[in-house]
Amino acid sequence: MTIDLSQFHQTFFEESAEGLDEMESGLLALEIGADNNETINTIFRGAHSIKGGAGTFGFDAIAGFTHVMETLMDEIRGGNKELTKEIVEAFLQSVDCLRDMMMVEQHHEEHDMDRVNAMQVELESLLHEGKTEEEIAAIDEEITEDEFEALLDQLHGDSGAPTVETPAGSGEFPSESEYQEILDQLPGGDDRGCNIRFKPHPDLMANGNDPLHILRELEGMGDLTVHADLSGLVSFDQIDPADMGIAWDMKLITDASEEVVKEAFAWVEGACDLEIKPFGNITEPADPAEKENTMEAKAVTQTVPSGEAVVESKPAVQQKPAPEKPVSEKKPAASQAPVAAANRPKAGSGGDHAEVTSIRVGIDKIDALINMVGELVITQSMLSQLGSRFEMNDLPNLVDGLVDLERNSRDLQEAVMRVRMVPISFAFARFPRLVRDLGNKMGKQFELVMLGETTELDKTVMEKIGDPLVHLVRNSLDHGIETPDVRKAAGKPETGTLTLSAYHQGGNIVIEIKDDGAGLNKEKILAKARERGLVDDDEVLSDDKVYELVMQAGFSTADTVSDVSGRGVGMDVVQRNISGLGGSIEISSEQGKCTTVTIRLPLTLAIVDGQIVRVGDQIYIVPLISIVETIQINDEQINAVAGKAEVLRLRESYIQIIRMYDVFSLESKVTKLSEGLLVVVEGDGQKAGLFVDELLGQQQVVIKSLESNYERVDGVSGATILGDGTVALIADVSGIIKLAHELGLTDRMGLVQDGKDTAAASA
Amino acid sequence: METAVQMEEEHNLEDESRQFLTFTLAEEEYGVDILRVQEVKGWAPVTKIPRSPDYVQGVLNLRGTIVPVVDLRMRFHLDRIDYTRRTVIVVINIEIDAGRRVIGVVADGVSDVINVPVENVKDAPDFGTKVHTDFISGLATIDENMVMLLDIDKLLTAAEIKGLDSLA
Repeated sequence: MTIDLSQFHQTFFEESAEGLDEMESGLLALEIGADNNETINTIFRGAHSIKGGAGTFGFDAIAGFTHVMETLMDEIRGGNKELTKEIVEAFLQSVDCLRDMMMVEQHHEEHDMDRVNAMQVELESLLHEGKTEEEIAAIDEEITEDEFEALLDQLHGDSGAPTVETPAGSGEFPSESEYQEILDQLPGGDDRGCNIRFKPHPDLMANGNDPLHILRELEGMGDLTVHADLSGLVSFDQIDPADMGIAWDMKLITDASEEVVKEAFAWVEGACDLEIKPFGNITEPADPAEKENTMEAKAVTQTVPSGEAVVESKPAVQQKPAPEKPVSEKKPAASQAPVAAANRPKAGSGGDHAEVTSIRVGIDKIDALINMVGELVITQSMLSQLGSRFEMNDLPNLVDGLVDLERNSRDLQEAVMRVRMVPISFAFARFPRLVRDLGNKMGKQFELVMLGETTELDKTVMEKIGDPLVHLVRNSLDHGIETPDVRKAAGKPETGTLTLSAYHQGGNIVIEIKDDGAGLNKEKILAKARERGLVDDDEVLSDDKVYELVMQAGFSTADTVSDVSGRGVGMDVVQRNISGLGGSIEISSEQGKCTTVTIRLPLTLAIVDGQIVRVGDQIYIVPLISIVETIQINDEQINAVAGKAEVLRLRESYIQIIRMYDVFSLESKVTKLSEGLLVVVEGDGQKAGLFVDELLGQQQVVIKSLESNYERVDGVSGATILGDGTVALIADVSGIIKLAHELGLTDRMGLVQDGKDTAAASA
Repeated sequence: METAVQMEEEHNLEDESRQFLTFTLAEEEYGVDILRVQEVKGWAPVTKIPRSPDYVQGVLNLRGTIVPVVDLRMRFHLDRIDYTRRTVIVVINIEIDAGRRVIGVVADGVSDVINVPVENVKDAPDFGTKVHTDFISGLATIDENMVMLLDIDKLLTAAEIKGLDSLA
């Protein structure tokens, strides 16, 4: 009976993603601090679990790759190898590679085997660095009994069509040194081998071949002594790195036949001078089996079927990528990584798949829920009992019961909302890595401080806030914080500090991104705005308004555009995303000193705290988060601009008046401004005053979608059901402001003048 | 109650007839495919939607779902009347490009459920561009009365919602 394992795949992917995240934080921590055994253990365990799981589910590529990582980590934790910066970097890239491999498996796509192979070879080279043959053999000892038996069988078996079966699905494969062990045990004679003189032609490397790789291969066949002949090299100033000027004299003690040794040079046959002189007794070609194995040992994945005959045994898949990628050079691998990173779908943001996402909830929250539901049931049965035989003198009990019911419902509502809340640390988690990578890339020094990571917010909000945050952080790092010399010249510490903090305020969560960089250059921004016609030449804007200009589409004062930022395509998207979540964004800055971006978001998307207002005979809800204040005004305080639009002077600025009944085409008996109320609201950075008939209480309302059965309505963000069962529309403040403008009820959007009386003053 | 024989007859005719719920509006009879009717509700106050076409009366709370209510009188450019206690809302499921929707249709009153054999359905005559009749899938004669069979998916197409204002 076979069990269908695919139902567990999703869990595997989720747990592996978590494991990878843990590994990444561990690696970053290791980089900074001293060797911490516990962290190393965590990383090891992470790789080990993933390897095991992948093996169980048949994800062989992942299993094989993780095996190498695990082996290397094992060496380090056993004290046999020292943790170097190189290794950490290689591991970090491996984690990236693994993440992509997981994504690939999840979507049933093809693995990018070139990348995987390159990464794996790099890890292996780090693993085997500076070790003798025996030590290498000692490391890779994980061959199982069965595999060993199987290999022995094959070796003693017939030649002809030797096939090597790599153990499928076991997640482990024998390495070259295991084959070495096998070889050593085979009946051997005196030393025999070949003397090889290998002189590549100058253009050997240009054809994509790497002599080092060939040397390695030979090394795998037996005992290799190499003497490099540098006589062919030209003087240093004439040297062309792509040209091959070195020749090698080698002595290889091996049981392999001359044929097989020659095979190692198959790729470069035309591009070199090759002399192979065998000595001693060469064994029969019946042994190509194990030579094949040796070469197979270079196989980086079991999923590639091994060839049949010797000739085919050089599967193009395996050998070909290898020579073309000079593995001893770190550079290609490194340059691959940023490309890979760039192409990598944003990890950690949950992706945009229409999959069912899951959430982890602490047991304590669930217990609280169960308790509350219990109390609710008790209250309900009490009320039904009252209701079944109700007499008027039961009335006080009924009232009490209803009070209890209200309390229970409210508690339950809060508890359920809390279930959906996750700490913002999930969104912040990607920043240490991002900051570090960008620091290296830009040549700047950054220190990242994260505060309030345990602050909780709604899971959906958190997933959607990830990308805007990344964009803002990149801006700070790219444009805000200066290079170390500039900072030093300005008397600042060379290391720039980026502070991410989150805290609750009122019914919202506030996220601040603060950098101690160069701040925003007001003049530059204004100049740019004037240049683009967004601002009149003689207009005077308050500082806040200037900073807000930065969020216009296409706005950028960057002198140079890097691939990180500067193109002016970000800030307006950020603002739109945040508005879409029902939040607001503010920028403040001190030139030369710092810049702070403050994001305010509602704690949950499904519920809004609203102010109930009446306009004519209709009820509307205005979200409290948008309301600044409510005031009573009279006609004298109003000025009319261009004869039509009305503005009110409110402290230092003028705000436009929007008569709700006009915008919503309602009839209202209340048209005199003194008879109604003005609700001053803020949306998309603009302030406006909404004129309504009266205020009716505040309430928390559940947002119901209008679009599911009707369509999107401008100025309305949704609907809710009031206590009497009727539907009330929820006002979308930015939408209303836009609507008012479109309807010609107000003058130009947004920028209102400071301190200047408008020409058409008065009644 | 139908006898087994009768029911069997109807099953045989199943391919050739469909069932409609008929309702009256301005003294004319209309029919909608019974399979699309979710329920029939008594009239309840609706909430107006700003700047919506005049035939969209507003939205209603239907056990937690927000459902738009359409007054067919206005959709057919008839005069509006006051709603009485007999006024009902027929809640139907429609399918448009954007997916499935639930909408409510105001009617003066509902009548029977009728079986209409396919051959009794005639095409509505084309009145030219002044009168749009694509939402009428056919005309049926039942007991000498004419019943207009509505193609409800066409009653509320998105494009028309925007475009109709200019026509009216």
